[in-house]
Amino acid sequence: MAIRVNPTRMELTRLKKRLKTASRGHKLLKDKRDEMVRRFMGFIRRNKELREEIDEKLTMAMGRFSLAEAQMGADAVLEALLCPARDAKITIGKQNIMNIDVPTLHYEEEGQKTDLPYGFAFSSGELDQAVLDVAELMPLLIELAQVEKTCNMLADEIEKTRRRVNALEHVMIPEMIESIKYITMKLEDNERGNITRLMKVKEMMVDN
Amino acid sequence: MSKNAKIAVLGDPDSIMIFKALGFHTIYVKQMDEINHAIHKLAGEDYAIIFITENVAALAKDTIDIYKTVPFPAIIPIPSRFGSEGFGMQGVKDNIEKAVGADIL
Repeated sequence: MAIRVNPTRMELTRLKKRLKTASRGHKLLKDKRDEMVRRFMGFIRRNKELREEIDEKLTMAMGRFSLAEAQMGADAVLEALLCPARDAKITIGKQNIMNIDVPTLHYEEEGQKTDLPYGFAFSSGELDQAVLDVAELMPLLIELAQVEKTCNMLADEIEKTRRRVNALEHVMIPEMIESIKYITMKLEDNERGNITRLMKVKEMMVDN
Repeated sequence: MSKNAKIAVLGDPDSIMIFKALGFHTIYVKQMDEINHAIHKLAGEDYAIIFITENVAALAKDTIDIYKTVPFPAIIPIPSRFGSEGFGMQGVKDNIEKAVGADIL
């Protein structure tokens, strides 16, 4: 890499200051990255657990629902579910994790868990069970949404931070060190040149 | 800051009709442009979570990725009635790889 800096004392001071800042930034970013990874591991474990649980339970509930549909006929099921018994409303907020705003989601239960949106006369027991199963999964689903979103955002931020750390560590800081070395050597060389010149002049003066 | 938001579900009718019972807003989609259109439309409104069945999510991966790093909406793949195809788990694994550099779980 070609060094294109002016070999002056001012430049040297400036570079030394920059190097100091860069090293400090590097250390801070490294700490940030490590802490984010630590947090991330907690979230991602929870994410995995939730996903496994939901994958399993939801598939079961949906299977049960298909069964109900087969028993009752698609139209009857559609009719039964036409008017939902409750309105799914969640409260959203923001939480700050390592300077990233991640969403928080809270679900407030409205009405009883056992509230079915239809009469008992024309629906099968399978449908009841399927609806209740999914209702039970509701808090899990909300938590999964929150945790997964957090993981997505954290992963992105970690990647960015890691790139910054690497850029500082492997590009910026070595370049600066090299520049500083170059300037120091150039200055020393000038100094030596100067001394030689002085000695030469003195010699000439003595000879005269 | 806290306010109310709604939840939507995207997918094929047979898989997601059941969510109607919980008061989720269900949208039946099948084609790729339908999915993309629905996601963009929902993101513009005050939907905080969009659940999307895996078979549908696989078709609209690019669109989902757009919303991955913004706080809202959270687009979350869920299994369809045929069971999980591992799309959701793949997302978790992708995150791990992105953050740590290797699949460690």
